[in-house]
Amino acid sequence: MSPTLATFLIVSAALFCVGLLAALSRRHAIFILIGIEMMLAAAGLNFIAFWRFAPQPTPPTGVMVTIFAIAIAAAEAAVGLALVIAVYRHYHTSNVDQMDQLKG
Amino acid sequence: MSNWIVAHLWLIPALPLAASLLILSLTNARRPLAAGLAIAGQVLALILSLGAFWPTLSTPGYRLFHNFTWFTFGEQTLRLGFVIDPLAAVMLVMITFVSLCIFVFSVGYMAADKNFGRFFAYLSFFSAAMLGVVIANSLLLLFICWELVGLASYLLIGFWIHKPSAAAAAKKAFITTRIGDIGFFLGMLWLYGRSGTLLFYDGGNGALENAGLLSLGAVATAIALLIFCGAAGKSGQFPLHVWLPDAMEGPTPVSALIHAATMVAAGVFLVARVYPIFSLGAIGGVTTSLTVVVWIGVITALISALIALAQADIKRILAYSTVSQLGLMMVSLGVGGVAAGIMHLLAHGFFKALLFLGSGSVIHGCHEEQDIRRMGGLRGVMPVTFLTYAVGMMALSGVPLFFAGAWTKEEILHATSLWSVSRVPHYLMLAGVVLTALYMTRQMIYVFFGRRRAAAEHAHESPAVMTWPLVVLALCAIALSVVLTPAWPWLHDFLLGEKAAVDLGSLIQPGLYVAFVLVALGIGLGVFFYRGAGEVDPLERAAPPLFRFLANRMWLDELYDWTILAVARFAARLADFLDRYFWDGLVRLIGGLGQLVGSLTKGFDERGINAGVNDATGVVRGLGRLVSVRHSGQVQTYLGVIAVGLLALLLFYAWLT
Amino acid sequence: MAHLIAGLIFIPILGALFVSVAPRNYARHIALGSCLITALFALDLWRDFDPAIAGLQMVARHAWIPAIGAELQVGIDGLSLLLVLLTSLVFPFALFAQVRGRAFCALMLVMQAALYGTFTAQNFVLWFLFYEMSLIPGFLLIKIWGGPKRDRAATKFFLYTFLGSVAMLLAFLYIYFVRGTFDFAELAALGKGDLLSGKMAWLAFAGIFLGLAVKVPLFPFHTWLPDAYEAAPTGVSMVLTGALSKMGVYGFIRLLLPLFPNEMRVAGPWLLGLAVCSIIFASLAAWAQTDLKRMVAYLSINHLGYCMLGLFAVTATAVVPPAEAQAALSGVFLQIFNHGITAAALFFFVGLLEQRRGARGLNDFGGLMQRTPLLCGWMSVAMFSSLGLPGLNGFVGEFLIFKGSFALAAGYTAVAVLGLLITAIVFLRAMQALFSGPLAQSCGQFADLRLGEKWIVIPVTLLMFAVGIYPQFVLAIFNTTVTQMARLLG
Repeated sequence: MSPTLATFLIVSAALFCVGLLAALSRRHAIFILIGIEMMLAAAGLNFIAFWRFAPQPTPPTGVMVTIFAIAIAAAEAAVGLALVIAVYRHYHTSNVDQMDQLKG
Repeated sequence: MSNWIVAHLWLIPALPLAASLLILSLTNARRPLAAGLAIAGQVLALILSLGAFWPTLSTPGYRLFHNFTWFTFGEQTLRLGFVIDPLAAVMLVMITFVSLCIFVFSVGYMAADKNFGRFFAYLSFFSAAMLGVVIANSLLLLFICWELVGLASYLLIGFWIHKPSAAAAAKKAFITTRIGDIGFFLGMLWLYGRSGTLLFYDGGNGALENAGLLSLGAVATAIALLIFCGAAGKSGQFPLHVWLPDAMEGPTPVSALIHAATMVAAGVFLVARVYPIFSLGAIGGVTTSLTVVVWIGVITALISALIALAQADIKRILAYSTVSQLGLMMVSLGVGGVAAGIMHLLAHGFFKALLFLGSGSVIHGCHEEQDIRRMGGLRGVMPVTFLTYAVGMMALSGVPLFFAGAWTKEEILHATSLWSVSRVPHYLMLAGVVLTALYMTRQMIYVFFGRRRAAAEHAHESPAVMTWPLVVLALCAIALSVVLTPAWPWLHDFLLGEKAAVDLGSLIQPGLYVAFVLVALGIGLGVFFYRGAGEVDPLERAAPPLFRFLANRMWLDELYDWTILAVARFAARLADFLDRYFWDGLVRLIGGLGQLVGSLTKGFDERGINAGVNDATGVVRGLGRLVSVRHSGQVQTYLGVIAVGLLALLLFYAWLT
Repeated sequence: MAHLIAGLIFIPILGALFVSVAPRNYARHIALGSCLITALFALDLWRDFDPAIAGLQMVARHAWIPAIGAELQVGIDGLSLLLVLLTSLVFPFALFAQVRGRAFCALMLVMQAALYGTFTAQNFVLWFLFYEMSLIPGFLLIKIWGGPKRDRAATKFFLYTFLGSVAMLLAFLYIYFVRGTFDFAELAALGKGDLLSGKMAWLAFAGIFLGLAVKVPLFPFHTWLPDAYEAAPTGVSMVLTGALSKMGVYGFIRLLLPLFPNEMRVAGPWLLGLAVCSIIFASLAAWAQTDLKRMVAYLSINHLGYCMLGLFAVTATAVVPPAEAQAALSGVFLQIFNHGITAAALFFFVGLLEQRRGARGLNDFGGLMQRTPLLCGWMSVAMFSSLGLPGLNGFVGEFLIFKGSFALAAGYTAVAVLGLLITAIVFLRAMQALFSGPLAQSCGQFADLRLGEKWIVIPVTLLMFAVGIYPQFVLAIFNTTVTQMARLLG
């Protein structure tokens, strides 16, 4: 049996939920970043799936968007990691519970 | 030739002026050069004056003028000019000659002064300004030079500026004469407005010529009187005479220059120059303005002669004598004796300069002592000064035949006796003749005769540079008697533009002898009273209150001080007070009202509008505080909320579809 | 030729910009350089000016804000040129006299630009802009660099003149709403009939009059002046009296005279009364002063009173003989120029004395003639010029004013002439106190005029003599303007 659109969407939704869970529950900043990356990956998967199952032939927009998203995700991860390191140097911790300077 | 002269008349004042400027730009150290320049300027001016004088002898009524444009304003042209006529010519010669003598005298008198050069610069400037007055063919040019004369006299009287009394006297002289000048200025403006020109002579269009005079009409009297204010200020006529005696604070040559030859003569000259305005519409030689001139002159002549009787300062006596003689000249002009007045002015210029310089020699010889009661017996020590002074005294008193003053005084008395309004001036002037002889005799006796008192102990004769001018002036005072005698009234008729004729008959008028008798009476009385007088004046012994009254100059200065000056000072303080407290107070009141309105507005703002706004913001703040509690700063909480929100949105979407 | 006028206005502003960024030590040199350039421009303007033409010359017009009738319009006639020349003369003189830093020089230059603008603008909006523009530097200069009472004086100066300006602005706005123009020439043409009618004419007249009378100042709107002049630093006092006070007189001649001839005539006796009060009252008040600067300030009011007398005498008379009108107006113009030079010189000398002594009361000095003969000599020349001694500049202007006004308003003039006497008393009293008598202890170490000071004093004094002896070269500037004005009034 060949996979259908629904299969991809289910996988993608599962991936998203895992990422979300990671971002919400882990205390370490790097794990939160990884969670966010997983959510982004889920979104990329959706793009590819919708493009693949659209009526043929179509311009490769889905692929392009996904490639962009991956590139941006890489940049974002770099910035995020740099921030984490900076925060760690300043507060000597990477535990997000202790970073509550934004509170109102 | 004469045209060349009239076109270059300006050189006469310009030369001394140039000398003055040159000296001022030199340093003080170069004394001989300074004196040399001043005297050279004066000599050249004298030569030019003689050159200008000569052609005027050719024809009776000679008059040449040279007018030029000073500036144009709008479409109007303001013209000035120079004139040479007998009046100007004789004045020119007299002034330059007497000034020259005074300049030479000053070389000796001021030899020790630190500011020698500046003195000569001022003297030259003075002489330039005065010569300008004489040759002016425009009332405006005359006024300009007139004011410059005032400035020069201010500088000269206050020459010893470190002396507070000299500075005060200079200020007094300038301001008192300026009071008169204000009148003169108004008179000039009025004349200008009426006749449209200020030129005296302009080929028929001048202010003193027929057309100009006609345009004046009835206001001529007012204009004449206003101009007379200026003349009264400069010539020290009552009530503006107070500056003149004080002006003795200046160096003696200055007194000679200002009080004898020139400045004081300017007033008389002015009246003579604009005489046509004074005599306009005269009936029998009498006009209101001339009558005023006569009475002012009479009052001046008499009170100053009286005051002179009780003065102790050798120069002050001469100063009051000058005031008195000027009064006499004014009387003469007022009663119609223009020529007589001018002749007396000329003669007076010579012998009064002689007397002042003589007094300077005396003061110099007595080591700067001016009080005659401390002198005495100088006759032997200072022979040249004594002899020349005696000539001057006799000329002033009017001793007959060989002294210049006698004839001119006689002329004036003759003129007053013919005045149709009243005989009183005539009698008062006769009394004046007695008084003059009396106070001059008093002075002579005190200074040159009797016992040698304190200041005369170490007296010495002055150097030749000072005595020679005295001799020259004395000779002139005698020589002038020839041209002034009524037997050959050459100068008289020359001034009036008539042809002179010898008239020996005039020597045997009875009036002549009355005057001579009075002079003899005055001298006799003087000898009688003052022979052997000591430090206490005989008059003081006889009538102390009268003496004090006269010695204090009739308390006129004090009177002015308490009345006019007090009022003026009060006005000044009042103006200042009003400005500080009334006008400024008014402004502050308005400002204060503004402030009041401002603070009221402020109150309303704070309690009304602002309070409402404050309440509103308070509510918002409370709400904000409530919400801000939810902001824990925990990123994951925020993320959770977002996720829940997303879920809720999805559910809502699902419910919709 | 209009670029010359634009240059006059912009060069000082440019100079001010340069000065404010220049190194501190060069600020004054740049400012003086800017003054030199503008002076050259002004001289060029004078050279190109044709004195035979009656109307405006070198006119330039550009649209600016058409909606409110504002135009960039400049041009000069004889009067404008005279004042431009005066401004070009007074400012370098003042900058020489006062050594201060960058901000000072920059503000002075801004003020100079404003003055050039005021004297050349031919449209009310532009004129008013410049008129007000001069106020702010004036305020700051007094407020920052002034003497002990500077705060009060500066505020008073600002509020007074500003209130006057507001009244004037309202009046002009009303005129605009009724007549629809701000152009001076058009307004003047309308003024020959009735610009406004009834009560509103009088209100507008009063508003403009108030604004200008404060600026001149005319009694009794003068009380800001002694305080401001006293508090201001020397250079600023010189500019205030030498150039700024002329804006008021200029306004009277340029605005009030052509716009409201009828009102001026009807109010004539009252205005003449105010002018005479200015003359007498201010000279008397000067007599009572012991502070030299305050004394000179009051005499400044007195001298401008003569200007006002001449002007009001002409406007108060229904049918003016041309000779008298020309005399009075020529006198007024000449007096504006003379007073600018003489009063500035007097403030300069007072500044010199103050700088040497550290005080400027009449009684703080004595016997200076023995110590500083040159200073005393040249200062006396300025004083005699101010008291109207013939041979110096003051006399010619005053003579012409009185010649005209005596024929037109004899009674007022006769009283006003007393001002000449009181002025003489004031100055002679000052000379006596300062120069004569024994040398005061405190003045024993005074330096006489220094070389730099001589370079300022001598040209200015020579100018006084030049105007006094040969006034034609100044009169030639505005003779045609005077003739034309006299014709319009006659």
